[in-house]
Amino acid sequence: MDALLFLTFAGIAVLCAINLILQTHPISSALSLVGVMGALAVLYLLLGGAFIAAVQLIVYAGAVMVLFLFVIMLLNAQAERTTSKPAIRAWVSVPLLFTFVILLASLIIQRAPAGAAVRFGEFTGGSVANVGRALFTTYLLPFEITSILILIAILGAIVLARKEI
Amino acid sequence: MNFYIVTLIKTGLVAAVLLTFCAYLVWIERKVLAHIQLRPGPYRVGPHGLLQPLSDLIKLVTKEGVIPANVNMFYYLLAPFLSVALALVSIAVIPFGPVVEVFGVKTQMGLTDLDIGVLVVLAMSSLGVYGMVIGGWASNSKYSLMGSLRSSAQMVSYELPMALAIVAPLLLVNTLSFREIVAAQEGFYFGVLPKWNIFAGPLPQAFSFLLFMIAAFAETNRVPFDLPEAETELVAGFHTEYSSTMFAAFFTAEYASITTICCVASLLFLGGWHPLWPAEYGSDFAPVALFLGAALILFFHGAQAVKARMWDRFTFPAFGVVMLGLAGLFLVPFLKPLLVPLFWFAAKTGLLIFVFIWIRGTLPRFRYDQLMRFAWLTLFPAAVVNLLVTGLAVALTTN
Repeated sequence: MDALLFLTFAGIAVLCAINLILQTHPISSALSLVGVMGALAVLYLLLGGAFIAAVQLIVYAGAVMVLFLFVIMLLNAQAERTTSKPAIRAWVSVPLLFTFVILLASLIIQRAPAGAAVRFGEFTGGSVANVGRALFTTYLLPFEITSILILIAILGAIVLARKEI
Repeated sequence: MNFYIVTLIKTGLVAAVLLTFCAYLVWIERKVLAHIQLRPGPYRVGPHGLLQPLSDLIKLVTKEGVIPANVNMFYYLLAPFLSVALALVSIAVIPFGPVVEVFGVKTQMGLTDLDIGVLVVLAMSSLGVYGMVIGGWASNSKYSLMGSLRSSAQMVSYELPMALAIVAPLLLVNTLSFREIVAAQEGFYFGVLPKWNIFAGPLPQAFSFLLFMIAAFAETNRVPFDLPEAETELVAGFHTEYSSTMFAAFFTAEYASITTICCVASLLFLGGWHPLWPAEYGSDFAPVALFLGAALILFFHGAQAVKARMWDRFTFPAFGVVMLGLAGLFLVPFLKPLLVPLFWFAAKTGLLIFVFIWIRGTLPRFRYDQLMRFAWLTLFPAAVVNLLVTGLAVALTTN
C-alpha cells in the first residue's frame, strides 16, 4: 500500500516537474509547480513527516505560489515565444540528460551504505511536538539566526519598495 | 477490512449530510435574510419553500452550461472542481462527537482524527484560493480577473491573523488534534461554567474567538469581506463567466467552507460537543425541551393560520409532529449517547452559521483599501499581541 502510494505520488511529482518545463505559459508552469509541491507533501506524509507535509502545503502551495500567481496575473505575462530550435540541440541534449541521470543513479546505489534504505512507517519523530522541541532546543541558534535573516530580508524589501520621500 | 468498510460508510454519510446541508443552507440563508429585511423569502416551492433547494439544483443542472469564447478551457473547467473538492476535503478531519458504539462497531464520530488536524484545515483553506484564482484568470474577463486578484490578496492577508488567532487557544490545550482539543475542554469551573476555551483559564480566549471569526468571514469571502464578488463593481467577481453546474460548484464550495469553518470555531473555542451546563442540571434534556418548544410554537401558529396562507393549517402541525418525533428520539436510552453530543455540536455550529447569515443581512461591504488596511494594521497586530499575552499567561501559570 505504502509503495503503491509512493509510486503514484512520486510519478505525479515527476510528471508535474516535466510539465513545468514543457509549458510555455507562466501560469501553467506555476500551477505545475503547485502540483509538484502537493505531491511532495504526500511523500513527506508517507515518510512520517506530518508537520513538514502540512507546512509544505500551507507555506509553499498556499502562500508562496499564490503570490507567484498574483504577480504573474498582475504583470499579465503572456506565453513565451520560443525561437527556432537548432536540430542538434535535441540530438545532443537528450542522450546527455539520460547519461547524467544514469550516472547519478549508479553513484547513489554504489555509495549508499547497505541497509540505509528508507522504510515507510519507521520514522516516528515527525510530529509537531518533536519538530518544535528540536527547533527550540537542539537547533535554537540556527533557527533564531534564520529568523533574523528573514527579518532583514523583509526590511530590505520594504526599503526598496518605499516610495521616494 | 472492517476499517475500510466503516470508513466508506462514514464517508458516504458525511458527504450526503454535508451536501444536503449545503443545499438547505441556501434556503436557510434566504429565509433568514428575508426575515431580517422584511421581504418574502421563497415560499412557493413546497411548504415554506422547503423544496426550493431541489428546484434550484434541477434548474442549475438542466441549464445550458455556457462556455465563453477565448477561455482557457482546461483551467476554466478545473477551477470549480478544485474549489468544491478542496472545500469538502477539510470536513474529513472534523470530529462531530465522541467515540460511540453503533451496532457493535466501536467507531469515532467523524471520518478521521489526525495529529495535525488543525494544520490540515489551515492548509485546505489556504489552497482553496486556487479555485477562485484559476477560475477568474481562465475566464478571460476583466471583472473575473479583478475578482481573483482581490481574492488571492485578501485570502493570503487574512490567513495570517486567522492562524495566529488559532494558535492562542492551542497554547491552552497543547495539541493539534481536534479530538484532544475537545477532550481538553471537558469539565466545569465551580460546577457550572464550562471549561471551553473562550472561558478557560489562565486567559479566556474570547478575544481570539472574535479575531478568528472576523478572519473566517474574510476567508470564506462573506459580507462584509465579499470583495472578490462585489456585484456593484465586478458584476459577480471571479465567477462572472460561469453558469449551470460549474456555478453551482462554486456555490456549494462557499457553503461547505462556511460549514467547515463554523465547525472548527465550535471545536476550538466552544468546547465541541460538551454541553453548556453539567448533565447533573439536566443538560441532556435541553434538546428535548427545545424540540418540544418548537413543536408547541408550530401547533400554536398552525391553529392561528391566517386566511391568506391556508396551507399553514396543515404544514405547521405536520412540522410540529416531526419536532415531537425528534424530541422523542432524544429520550431513547439507546440513542442518547449518540445524539446528545451531536445536538450540542450542531447547536453551536448552527448558531455560528446563523451569525454568518445575520451579518450578511446587516453589514455593508468594505472598500478594498479599507479591507487590506484593516487586515495588516488592525487585525494582524491585534492577533500578535493577543498571542503574546496568552503565551505570557500560560508561561506564568504552568510549573
